[in-house]
Amino acid sequence: MKLKVISGICLLLVVLVWSCQSDESIEFNRYYSSGIAVYQTHCQNCHGANGEGLNGLIPPLTDSVVLKTYSIALPCIIKNGLKQQITVSGKLFDGEMPAVSLTPIEIAQVITYVTNSFGNKRGLVTDDAVAADLAKCAL
Amino acid sequence: MRKLAGGVLLILLWSACNLNNKKTLPIFGNRQAVTKTVNGQTVTDTVYQTIPAFKFVNQYGDSISSKALDGHIYVTDFFFTSCPSICPIMQRNMLNVYNAFKDTADVKIISYTIDPRDDSVPVLKKYADKLGISGNSWWFLRGDKATVYQLAEKSYLVGVSQDSTAAGGYVHQGYFVLIDKEKRVRGSYDGTDPKQVDQLIADIKTLKAEPVKQ
Repeated sequence: MKLKVISGICLLLVVLVWSCQSDESIEFNRYYSSGIAVYQTHCQNCHGANGEGLNGLIPPLTDSVVLKTYSIALPCIIKNGLKQQITVSGKLFDGEMPAVSLTPIEIAQVITYVTNSFGNKRGLVTDDAVAADLAKCAL
Repeated sequence: MRKLAGGVLLILLWSACNLNNKKTLPIFGNRQAVTKTVNGQTVTDTVYQTIPAFKFVNQYGDSISSKALDGHIYVTDFFFTSCPSICPIMQRNMLNVYNAFKDTADVKIISYTIDPRDDSVPVLKKYADKLGISGNSWWFLRGDKATVYQLAEKSYLVGVSQDSTAAGGYVHQGYFVLIDKEKRVRGSYDGTDPKQVDQLIADIKTLKAEPVKQ
């Protein structure tokens, strides 16, 4: 009897946790798949289909440590471009990245895609989070 | 038995066609028939459009005339180093061509800048270095702007123009143009499409196997 109750509670917990996760994962999948389209239209020409960049000219998007370091700055970099030099995967890049005209939700989608592809695994980045980061852009 | 013989005949015919079906690349541009007298005999020959002589400077600061390309098959594109639109994907694809033929003496890549004002020799050298290009199999050429634009449109059949409304200030088509050892245009490929660039690499090999007219 006791065993039945315990296993019942366990099952309930598992179902609860699973349903919560799937809610977030639905949201994640929605951002991620929209992010693919944004990436292909606005980023892929330079950064490549696999985020490989272009030798010493254009930095790759495969360096998780750099993406984490710049996680708060990412929305601003995408929106306003990047003029200062940046070290990625141990290489210095001093070219200029042009500004990309995107809405906060598109920025959130593309960051969700990039930071969960090419060997990166950051999880969902929401448009609220992006809007908060954009408000702090140093211009 | 008759059926069998028919089948054998069909196979023979098919293989005969295949044998004769060795691919030759088309020759692009204008052509004209020229009749001249050779050794007292009247001979009619076809004269094809060729790339005219030019003299530019490469990324090493060396003066390069079209003579340096005599006896070479080469691939040409038009670009500028600060190009934000189609150039990165073109150069990524051109790198495949470079890697396939960098050790082949008679195949070269010639990239003409359409922005000679900003793309000075040091700028071109830095760009080549960052792209990972060394040696003399890929030259980035800089020259008189009007001459480059005329070469592009009249000879290589690639559209280029200056346009202040475009990203980066210049518009150009992303074609890779294949030139044979007689300086004739033999192919034109969309440099932004990896499949067409694979075809270009295959066509260079076809062209290399072509006998050269003496």
